Amino acid sequence: MTRSSAPPAPLDPDAAISVRGLVKRYGDRNAVDGLDLDIRRGEVFALLGPNGAGKTTTVEVLEGYRSRDGGDVQVLGVDPAQGGRRWKSDIGIVLQSGGGDSQLTCLELLTAQAAYYPDARDPAEVLELVGLTEKAGARGRSLSGGQRRRLDVALGIVGKPALLFLDEPTTGFDPEARRQFWSLIRSLRDLGTTMLLTTHYLDEAEELADRVGVITGGRLVEVAVPAALGGRGQAPAVVSWTEDGARRTEATATPTAFVATLAARFPGEVPDLAVARPTLEDVYLQMIGQSTPAETVAVAS
Amino acid sequence: MSAPTATLPTLARVYRVRAGVELKEFFRQRESVVFTLMFPVILLVVFGAVLDYEIGGGVSFTQYFMAGVIAAGILGASLQNMAIGIATERSDGTLKHLAGTPMPKSAYFIGKIVQVFAVTVATVVILLLVGVLLYGIALPSGTDWLTFLWVAFLGSAACTLLGIAVSSLAKNGRSASATVTPFALVLQFISGVFFRFDQIPTWMQTIASVFPLKWMAQGLRSVFLPDVLAAQEPAGSWELGRVAIVLLVWVAVGLGLCVLTFRWRDRADG
Repeated sequence: MTRSSAPPAPLDPDAAISVRGLVKRYGDRNAVDGLDLDIRRGEVFALLGPNGAGKTTTVEVLEGYRSRDGGDVQVLGVDPAQGGRRWKSDIGIVLQSGGGDSQLTCLELLTAQAAYYPDARDPAEVLELVGLTEKAGARGRSLSGGQRRRLDVALGIVGKPALLFLDEPTTGFDPEARRQFWSLIRSLRDLGTTMLLTTHYLDEAEELADRVGVITGGRLVEVAVPAALGGRGQAPAVVSWTEDGARRTEATATPTAFVATLAARFPGEVPDLAVARPTLEDVYLQMIGQSTPAETVAVAS
Repeated sequence: MSAPTATLPTLARVYRVRAGVELKEFFRQRESVVFTLMFPVILLVVFGAVLDYEIGGGVSFTQYFMAGVIAAGILGASLQNMAIGIATERSDGTLKHLAGTPMPKSAYFIGKIVQVFAVTVATVVILLLVGVLLYGIALPSGTDWLTFLWVAFLGSAACTLLGIAVSSLAKNGRSASATVTPFALVLQFISGVFFRFDQIPTWMQTIASVFPLKWMAQGLRSVFLPDVLAAQEPAGSWELGRVAIVLLVWVAVGLGLCVLTFRWRDRADG
């Protein structure tokens, strides 16, 4: 396998998460294939990628659930493979399905969970934070899907983690529940919590993340602020309008000037005028569409 | 991040919390209470009424059945309860969730042991009460209580460990139930729970002798039946020494299997 042989940068000791050359093999397939990543303390980082790209495997190595086959990893200054109780006390994990099918009430579940941690939040306050105060006395199994998910988040944050992992936290939410969840994440960020979020919803990544990383074929192909991902900031804008009964479009690097010339051509309003930049979804689909086959070949060879 | 002064909770505290969680999880779930706790009681009530005959020495079959149904109750509270309960918690993500917290892993097992202990005590007490009040069962006396305690303790320990080990074979709680329940039922038929062990075909006796239930029932018969009836046993005696050895071997085997097979994650999860 040919790979650029520049000496790898050392792990960043100040980062919440620092990864160099992470490799995880399943059989003879590299699910994660030399992944580098730094997440700063206090940052909200969204990891995007198609199913099978190595997203979940990477996160589970960072969470301490999975061993790795190569590379250096530090999470809050500790190798997750060696993370003991003290290290786990500083980490919160919200899994895709976290049990919750319980005979205990929400408050009882949170109180039990809090008892595992040295410096936990007040369970009642956490219920308030996730909007489940009215369900404090309801059993876990009686909750609706969205409520259950909020309980999962509550269980993840009751230990007052410095770093929170969120694995597709809003799957199955209705739009309003997602908005509520987003404001919960923002308030956690304001409390200084570092978050690593995996999601399939690009609007969610754009809404919440300070930076976005795209993973395909087991490697991080780009990391950027959402507005700049895939060269999106520099991408030409598309101006569209209706003229002579037909829809017209023009891709331009100077949309303001172009709209000014349009405005001069029409006596009043330009009919159906719209100016659009590529959405995060557009650039994301382009990125994974282009890089997936090439990466797959590289892995297979 | 937690302040450097904050100390981790003590083991004792986490153990207490887990014990509380496990007790609530069991006793609040109607299915598990009915299935595990009340099923042997129903068996006792029904069999006591139907199979009302004397087995010799002025002793009723119900007195014989008392030993068997207590052994079956212990089996349900330990092996069946653990196999189904843990398989469910593994497939629904509860175990994975716990493994990601600073809960010491021993606390999970301590909680389960407390649950088994509480369910076993509750089952035995209810069975004894029903037996005495409804069918005039003669309670053990003197050193028989001591035998009762060690047979119940060793049998329960062996079956708890086996249940934990078996849970790892199942895909989820439902498949664990579908496998373990018929197995336990067959074992009860051939181990001298529902029928007199000496009247079961020899080859079935041989199969039953491999598993702990037969030895638990036999040990408990020594507690509930007068010693003259020991002559009815295939071996001609209660074989208490052998009961202890077989159960201890199963404790060791169960412990080894647990250590080898226990997983915090679902197999489908890699």
